[in-house]
Amino acid sequence: MRPPPPWAGRRLGTEPGDGDALSDGFQVVGKALPRLDALGKVTGATRYADDLSWPGTLACVLLRSPHPHARIVAVDTAAAAATKGVVAVLTGADLPVRYGAIATSQDEAALASDKVRYVGEPVVAVAAVDEVTAREATKKIAVDYEVLAPVSSIEQALLAPADEPIHEGTKGNIHRLAALEFGDVDEGFAVADVVREDVFFYEGSNHLAMEEHSATAIFADGQLTLWSSTQAPHNLHRVLAKVLDLPMTRVRVVATPHGGGFGGKVDPAAHEVVVSKLAVLTGRPVKCTLSREEVFYNHRGRHPALMWVRTGAARDGQITAMHFRVALDGGALASLGAATTYYTGALQPATYDIPAYRFEACRVFTNKAPCGPKRGHGTPQPRFALEIHLDKLAEDLGMDPVALRRCNYVRPQSRTVNWLRITSCGIEEVTEKVLAASGFATRSRRVGHGQGFAVSAYLCGAGFPMYPSQLPHSEVGLKVDRGGVTVFCGATDIGQGSDTVLATVVAEELGLDRADVRVVTADTGLTPVDLGSYSSRVTFMAGNAAIDAARKIRTLLLEEAARTSGLLAHELRVGDGRFGPLSFEQAVEAAEERHGALSASGSYAPPPGISGEFRGSAVGPGPAYTYSAAVVDLDADPTTGEVLVHKVWVAHDIGRLLNPVLVRGQMDGNVYMALAEALMESQTYRKDLLHHPSVLEYKTPLATDMPAIEHLYVETIDPEGPYGAKEVGQGPFLPVVPAVVSAIHDALGVWVDEVPVTPEKILRALDARDRGALGRAGPKRFPAVPFPPCIKVEPPHAATARV
Amino acid sequence: MVRLRLNGEDHETLARSGETLLEILRERLGLTGTKHGCEVGECGACTVLVDGAPRLSCLVLPEQLADAEVTTVEGLADGAVLHPLQTSFMRLGASQCGYCTSGMLLSAKALLDEHPDPSNAEIREALAGNVCRCTGYAAIVDAVADAAETLRDAP
Amino acid sequence: MLRLPAFEHLRAESVRDAAGMLADHGGTARLLAGGTDLLAKMKRRQVMPDALVGIGHLAPLREVRVAPSGAAELGAAVTLAEALADRRLAADQPGYLEAVGVVSSPALRNAGTIGGNLCVDTRCNYNDMTEEWRHAVGYCLKTGCGERCQVAASSPRCWAIFSSDTAPMAIALGATVVVWGAEGERELPLGTLYADDGKAHLQLGPAEILTALRLPARRGWRVAYEKLRRRSAVDFPLAGAAVALELDGDVVAACRLVLGAVASHPVELHDVAQALTGRRLDDEAIEEAATAGARLAKPLDNSDLNYVWRKRMVKVILERALRRAAGADRGRLR
Repeated sequence: MRPPPPWAGRRLGTEPGDGDALSDGFQVVGKALPRLDALGKVTGATRYADDLSWPGTLACVLLRSPHPHARIVAVDTAAAAATKGVVAVLTGADLPVRYGAIATSQDEAALASDKVRYVGEPVVAVAAVDEVTAREATKKIAVDYEVLAPVSSIEQALLAPADEPIHEGTKGNIHRLAALEFGDVDEGFAVADVVREDVFFYEGSNHLAMEEHSATAIFADGQLTLWSSTQAPHNLHRVLAKVLDLPMTRVRVVATPHGGGFGGKVDPAAHEVVVSKLAVLTGRPVKCTLSREEVFYNHRGRHPALMWVRTGAARDGQITAMHFRVALDGGALASLGAATTYYTGALQPATYDIPAYRFEACRVFTNKAPCGPKRGHGTPQPRFALEIHLDKLAEDLGMDPVALRRCNYVRPQSRTVNWLRITSCGIEEVTEKVLAASGFATRSRRVGHGQGFAVSAYLCGAGFPMYPSQLPHSEVGLKVDRGGVTVFCGATDIGQGSDTVLATVVAEELGLDRADVRVVTADTGLTPVDLGSYSSRVTFMAGNAAIDAARKIRTLLLEEAARTSGLLAHELRVGDGRFGPLSFEQAVEAAEERHGALSASGSYAPPPGISGEFRGSAVGPGPAYTYSAAVVDLDADPTTGEVLVHKVWVAHDIGRLLNPVLVRGQMDGNVYMALAEALMESQTYRKDLLHHPSVLEYKTPLATDMPAIEHLYVETIDPEGPYGAKEVGQGPFLPVVPAVVSAIHDALGVWVDEVPVTPEKILRALDARDRGALGRAGPKRFPAVPFPPCIKVEPPHAATARV
Repeated sequence: MVRLRLNGEDHETLARSGETLLEILRERLGLTGTKHGCEVGECGACTVLVDGAPRLSCLVLPEQLADAEVTTVEGLADGAVLHPLQTSFMRLGASQCGYCTSGMLLSAKALLDEHPDPSNAEIREALAGNVCRCTGYAAIVDAVADAAETLRDAP
Repeated sequence: MLRLPAFEHLRAESVRDAAGMLADHGGTARLLAGGTDLLAKMKRRQVMPDALVGIGHLAPLREVRVAPSGAAELGAAVTLAEALADRRLAADQPGYLEAVGVVSSPALRNAGTIGGNLCVDTRCNYNDMTEEWRHAVGYCLKTGCGERCQVAASSPRCWAIFSSDTAPMAIALGATVVVWGAEGERELPLGTLYADDGKAHLQLGPAEILTALRLPARRGWRVAYEKLRRRSAVDFPLAGAAVALELDGDVVAACRLVLGAVASHPVELHDVAQALTGRRLDDEAIEEAATAGARLAKPLDNSDLNYVWRKRMVKVILERALRRAAGADRGRLR
């Protein structure tokens, strides 16, 4: 039995006895208010990582590998080290300890020592009095390489290595294999009336955060402090302590205001480790700011994914079984790839009630910049494949594609075949809203015009941390005294507005204006642990932790107000800066007189029982799921293959709208980034070199390329979310990509089973149809992967499936 | 020695040969409100105004400026009174991570100085060289239109 | 951060002065006006001049003159934005301004000059890369110490792409340019400024300066420039088609067609234009002209998107430009 949610039974701004206060009576929650850090951003006062400077700071420049795959035979840094103005030179030998984002994948070295695995891998670091001097010195470094045959594709990675595997100790170049089966899939296919198979490809892409990564380290009084544009300061804190062999008590990581993350600043990065080491060695502040090209090398972006899916359905559309296969191109390092691998299979059953489900996945190493987490982490690719596959299945069945989906939708308060615990679920409502708003059923039919529909689910925070631990995922400290109210939390505002959310929550609980709440976040020296800004976890987890802390203070203040007034605590109204008859300040002074400075801590850990118990079950479960649906309206030109998107409707089950201004920003940003991946962005290679390592050539939509966006919200008031809220940072991304591809099919009658959909792919599909072949462009086959036998998992019993 | 007419004040600073206006602003004068995202004129983050017209400071040499007046984001407000673009950006959520914001604001200011009542398409054209990864440009376009209205209504 | 290499900045007091400075440096100095092309290339170490000769401020290069006939002369250092804002040009040279208006972004049009766009360096995505990237690929014929073309390995020449939007249109309009050199001024047809060599596409001496663009009066002509690009702004052309023609009733009396971004130089379609002249500009004529013109485009895999698709699109944009010139209101002169 779960404990009741933190606000259960509370009465917010209502008369005593008015039991149902959730839908109204909020003071701050739900109001369209600007973000609290907006002033600094519009005046230029906000100091991002590269805006920070200390006197005497050394500039660090990294010499990177020009080869995709080579052994390092010798490194001669003598001339560089002797250069005037150069203070220190580091090589791989200076940083032998390996690390990685997740506990089970510690395969990274900040500087390569034995071999290089991708073009752009850092090999030598130079610290000098300024950047020009450091860069010039790198040109004097001689690295002797013995070039090895590179691995350039998934297919090639599955063959026996020409020279040697990219990493020691792996089977060929296979990084990870996963194989799970829930229920009897063969039986499911046997009873199906229709069985269909498709192959899809989703290209990799970069986050292209506007801010290039930057970090500055200072080592003073035996303490290392690193200021960095990181999304996960806690994880970086752990990594730095490990690599530098310092106790965690001697390391402090401060996440600076962020010029965009999108997943690209979750992994500990080489330059962060290097400047820390250099600061320790030189005793001087050391800064490294990456160039745009270096950001592309650091990458950790979307995995290219080749996918095969087979689904069986009864004539009425009921899915009887699904078999999903994925092969991921991981690039040269593990990164969070073990999690990515499982994510590609985890959320298909979160939208559709699939009675029997087999999932096989493989992640390979190639000699390319490492892939990692990008917005939607491992789920946009299978969502694209699944939704288009279902469109085609509907065609086979002669069914309306929306009707096919709806007859398979998951229900609220249920358990999926892979043991995900579904609580609040607005999948029906988002579908209805988006269909109604777009007029999808009655859309105009002319050649070249089309609309597409798709639906999706995402989790509100990873249910399990990146390293095994039973500790809280988010912790909040709250200090209240005559000097004011301060929230301390390790959560990192990467532009999504999480600092504002924390202030909102505390202001709501204490009846204050948000401006009265000071927020101190993302500083491992000052703030309690939060695992980081990834997996859409911050509002849900840090928000709940903040409510937990604030309620403790609220209780203390209510006691004082009750004592002073002679009323019972539950008779007192909290709000507008008052606790019943007392002003907030009076209540605080009374409590401070009795207890000393008030402080409270709050924490959040996902509840037990949100996952199954099998190998791989830690990826996918979250404490709640959001549901999103999109309709895309576009024109596709049959002569040129060019696509012009007119409008996107996106409906999102957000639980509760905490702040429409912030939420709208996430909705728009998701639609934008999804359109970019559907139609333009790709991180591809030619001659084993990045094809587009610049903002000009890595095409991303401009202001003049974006269509109108209409937002629709469904508030399902999640039983465990903060005030019922759920995530919005990633979910609304997911349905947009398949909706684009579906709309192109609606417009031209051909399928492009590969994103980004470039004009030439559309023409290829049209040409194929004109030749009398299948009107399709996309991958032809899924390669032979040595998947292990499936781990068979008994699905939740029908009787217990409804929680 | 470089002389600049900047945000209404005269500045003098040392600079190495080949330092662009971007580097001089950020590294010599400490005006870090001007950002960089590519340094080769492809992203718009470093946009400043030169005699009222948007220019990419990463591709401007001080020698090209002569007596021109440079305006950066730090010079947008009138003392403590924000420019209407700044208030609209705040109110409507046009700034998320905020990294493109300075450039957006200055491109938008140049537009509104010339065209007090721009259409949606004209706003988008004016911002076409400024890349934003957070907002999908939607709230930014709304904020520019909102500020235009405020400016038109101003006495 | 990408930074410029060190160089000497020289401020010319006149065109003659600038030419003298160029001559003094014997080919190691470059002219600086808007700097949008040059400074980015210097940051990527594609060019490393010893000196930059500043000419953007020179008054004679900053003038726009429009004659009562509609003929125009634009100083080379007039910015693209200034040209766009000129009402006289808008009235009398709309074709040229159409091409100016699709160059890059507002901020770059505020810096970039009309002379700079005519002389903009050829582009290739094996070359417009940082020093580190070009080192990794092994350099190429255009810059650095490369010994082979990366896009056509067996080719003895550089295949970098001619990437000006304004030049094809100006050539179609019959423009000439004024070049100032040691021997004084010379005027030459704009088309003859260019050579079919990606490495050296400008036929200018090391101390010669392009000082002005002259556009003949073209009132009554119908003009159109179609630009193929991925995004609606910023991008260089993936192909460009410029059409300028004069109709006598519905018969073509005079006609010039020029393609951009399909070779290392602007490709003038003389034969196609000649075949159109004297014909009725109907669907059939347009289709035939577009098909014939597109045959001359030979894109390679050194630009954005698939080059086979780009070749296929040349016909489409040429047809669009012709169609627009033939009938649409847009692009018609008074």
